Amino acid sequence: MGILHRISGPVVQAKEMTGAKMYDLVKVGHEGLTGEIIKIVGDTATIQVYEETSGLRPGEPVESTGQPLSVELAPGLLTSIYDGIQRPLDLLAEKGGDFITRGINVPAIDRKKKWEFVPVAKNGQKVKVGDILGTVQETEIITHKIMAAWEGEVADIREGSYSVEDTICTVAGKPMRMLQKWFVRKSRPVAEKFDPNIPLITGQRIVDMFFPIAKGGTVCVPGPFGSGKTVTQHQFAKWSDTQIVVYVGCGERGNEMTEVLTEFPHLEDPYTKKPLMQRTVLIANTSNMPVAAREASIYTAVTIAEYYRDMGYDVALMADSTSRWAEAMREIGGRLEEMPGEEGYPAYLGRRLAEFYERAGRVQCLGSDKRTGSVTIIGAVSPPGGDINEPVSQNTLRVTKVFLALDAALAQRRHFPAFNWLRSYSLYTDTLEQYYINNISADWVELRKEAMALLQKEAELQEIVQLVGPDALPEKEQAILLSAKMIREDYLQQSAYHEVDTYSSLRKEYLMLKNIMKFHRRALAAVEMGVQLKKIAEMPIRERIARTKEIPEERIKEIEMIANEIDQAFDALAKQ
Amino acid sequence: MKEYKTVTQIAGPLVFVEGVSDVAYGEIVEIKLPSGEIKKGQVLDSAKGVAVIQVFGSTAGINVTDTSVKFLGETMKLGVSIEMLGRVFNGLGEPRDKGPAIIPEKRLDINGAPINPYARDEPRDFIQTGISTIDGMNTLVRGQKLPIFSGSGLPHNALAVQIARQAKVVSAKEEDEQFAVVFAAVGITNEEALFFIRDFERTGALERAVLFLNLADDPSVERLITPRLALTTAEFLAYEKDMHVLVIITDMTNYCEALREIAAAREEVPGRRGYPGYMYTDLSTIYERAGRIKGRKGTVTQLAILTMPGDDITHPIADLTGYITEGQIVLSRDLHRKNIYPPVDVLPCLSRLMNLGIGKDRTREDHRGVADQLYAAYATGRDLRSLAAVVGEEALSATDKLYLKFADVFEERFIKQGSHEDRTIQQTLDLGWELLSILPESELKRVKKEFIEKYGRKFRK
Repeated sequence: MGILHRISGPVVQAKEMTGAKMYDLVKVGHEGLTGEIIKIVGDTATIQVYEETSGLRPGEPVESTGQPLSVELAPGLLTSIYDGIQRPLDLLAEKGGDFITRGINVPAIDRKKKWEFVPVAKNGQKVKVGDILGTVQETEIITHKIMAAWEGEVADIREGSYSVEDTICTVAGKPMRMLQKWFVRKSRPVAEKFDPNIPLITGQRIVDMFFPIAKGGTVCVPGPFGSGKTVTQHQFAKWSDTQIVVYVGCGERGNEMTEVLTEFPHLEDPYTKKPLMQRTVLIANTSNMPVAAREASIYTAVTIAEYYRDMGYDVALMADSTSRWAEAMREIGGRLEEMPGEEGYPAYLGRRLAEFYERAGRVQCLGSDKRTGSVTIIGAVSPPGGDINEPVSQNTLRVTKVFLALDAALAQRRHFPAFNWLRSYSLYTDTLEQYYINNISADWVELRKEAMALLQKEAELQEIVQLVGPDALPEKEQAILLSAKMIREDYLQQSAYHEVDTYSSLRKEYLMLKNIMKFHRRALAAVEMGVQLKKIAEMPIRERIARTKEIPEERIKEIEMIANEIDQAFDALAKQ
Repeated sequence: MKEYKTVTQIAGPLVFVEGVSDVAYGEIVEIKLPSGEIKKGQVLDSAKGVAVIQVFGSTAGINVTDTSVKFLGETMKLGVSIEMLGRVFNGLGEPRDKGPAIIPEKRLDINGAPINPYARDEPRDFIQTGISTIDGMNTLVRGQKLPIFSGSGLPHNALAVQIARQAKVVSAKEEDEQFAVVFAAVGITNEEALFFIRDFERTGALERAVLFLNLADDPSVERLITPRLALTTAEFLAYEKDMHVLVIITDMTNYCEALREIAAAREEVPGRRGYPGYMYTDLSTIYERAGRIKGRKGTVTQLAILTMPGDDITHPIADLTGYITEGQIVLSRDLHRKNIYPPVDVLPCLSRLMNLGIGKDRTREDHRGVADQLYAAYATGRDLRSLAAVVGEEALSATDKLYLKFADVFEERFIKQGSHEDRTIQQTLDLGWELLSILPESELKRVKKEFIEKYGRKFRK
């Protein structure tokens, strides 16, 4: 038991804390506010407090729990909404009212709810760490696997309905419960990490076609405010082909979290047709909630993601925004009077970011059945003034493999998603190549290269146009401008709010681009034959191509037919 | 209540008191000067034996020998009452209008508490401001926080007043809705404050308004308090008295300057341009106090005005604000020079909650499409304008010339409107379609075909 000595914002000091360990969870003051020890000097411990500290007085008691800050892992995580230290916000509202008040303690996982446990392991079986003991139907679409936390012989395993704290069996003579705890700052172990060679399909054309994400990959999405970062994150959460989504709103807007909260239960998972919420865990630590809990929220999220990965699921973790996380570190570092690094950020910023992104990956999980799972991390970055020459963006880029550069200028002309196609990149294109060849078409890669070259060429030509005007260009180059414009407007632009356009399958993405490139080749050929570009620009087939986005997946045949229509239209033009 | 005479150090707005015990972090103190004058302050740092106090107001006259400090045992609270409507207060919440003191119904902590995201209700009631650029393209909804990014010398005050005057919810039944305006002047000049007060008086809005005035010559430390007083009042009126409250805060730039001043006095490690590293968190505790709560009738909508130093939108104040608020209305000096009022530069503007408030059954089904099309067409027109400046208009294609024309007409007719012109959303959208008829129909790729037929055709000859 220690005594509070000094209070200055979210960081407090306590004396007489002999025996306390780094990162131990402590209860501060008469109200028992939750805090964590982040520095020890002699018997003085510095504590970051996860709740508002005003009103605390020197002399109040501080009690260490002797346990580090941990995440509770058990059935009941899915469909939950937590704050940064895994307190369920719905229960907080029930107990404390509409505003977040202090000193309320609620368990992260419902202790009373009974789950139907179906054993997989048999009595007498020897299990290793990570072996599946049994399953629980957590939601309609997700089966929760209960994994052995230590090795030994299974006994007393029985089907039945259990609460998370009930003993489901014994392993090596010790009772095993469904509820397990894991220290948030430590990654969960895996058997082996694999190469990322399976794409994460997002349904967003520019991403899947040009800047693909791999399952188990890392993505950095930096963008100035208003460039569509949040909508992009929502789109990924809704449409990506992972079984589990963990969404962490780290220091973001309250109303936006509400939007997620009200929207996700009504949205249908495109793969199972059940509410999206059934495969989602939300963590909301809005900007005005305590800053120390914001620092912890990212770790809470990634630990939950790893837990589902260990069951053999593909998990997408959306972090919006890691800049706010870095700022929380800076704020706490400042209060600790640490010597700052660049722009006031702590010197360990780069290490922390790298450690976080390194927890992504496609892995072989622990356990004898050699199942695989993955955690893909998609981190939004909010660079000040939209300029990515700042520590958070730069340190993130050093460790992430996909860079989706949001561009304010594109957003201003309502080109959404506002990814700049010239500045974005993906380092997974090579490792994923085989997947596209096997599953979609042999010329997928060629098509991408051809279209990208066209866009590059357009950028060069635009510079000339800026000087001399478009009419000064030869017809052939004007034809390139025309086709590139079609790629930009009819392909790269995709409306998140249009019921059909919001998602494209890989097949549709492929056919759409193929049609545009076909148009391009025929247009070039026609120009060479002496057809006026004006005539080509006025062809009604262009309108048809532009509206391809709106053709639903069931009528995908129609998109294939457009290829013939393009041929017919150009043949007719040639005859004239 | 404990009283100490142990002031040991005075630095800028900070006073250090030693030998104290049991002082709460954030506690309010009364400082009695040798002259008998009493000032208020707040504990910024509390350690065993020493407390650091931030004084509201000037520290002139405070000395180490005869000054006494009384710790009041509670954090900063504001006594609130429905009687506050129609009253004018100073930046610390004391009556400024020579009226009687307020008899509080409740005493509330001015820092409020974060709304539990789970308890929030989605803002979705469209507020019609009567201003085309806002209603049509950056729709405001109840419970939103939408700042106006302006520059010195631009008519942001006139725009704020016009919004306060014209804002209404079209769908609602008027009789069972009560409105209120809470106005917080943060470090603005007396003249600017009078402009607001006069307009509120003239339109009768003053009766349902509460004004907090911290003027340019008032102590800057008070500026940290004033917006919080306004928001505490607003929350009381909204969540306890079922009113729809519009909070206008002007000018947030002065708030941030005060924040920097205190941080510098405390010798904190500065962040970008000397502003403290926690400015984002600090600003969020102001802006995030907008919203609506499930099961409660009232709402708090925020309209904060800030003047961007050097018209620079990447300046930390504008930048951090933009990351917290749900969009922004940006005023442009170019448009202002062209004598266009309101000089709203729609391209960098945004309303993040727009989609919740528009569409079928709310405004009109074609709203999203029209807005996107107007944006895209105006952006193209603006690009071509700079191109035409280099290569001459003759070098442009026929379609491009139409875009140029569109951009001009858009500024003259859609953006520009009278300071008392109150356009309905139907008028705004129809005006949009009328202007879009300048362009060939094949260029209108952002709108659904059926809407072109239903709403747009009639404007085409």
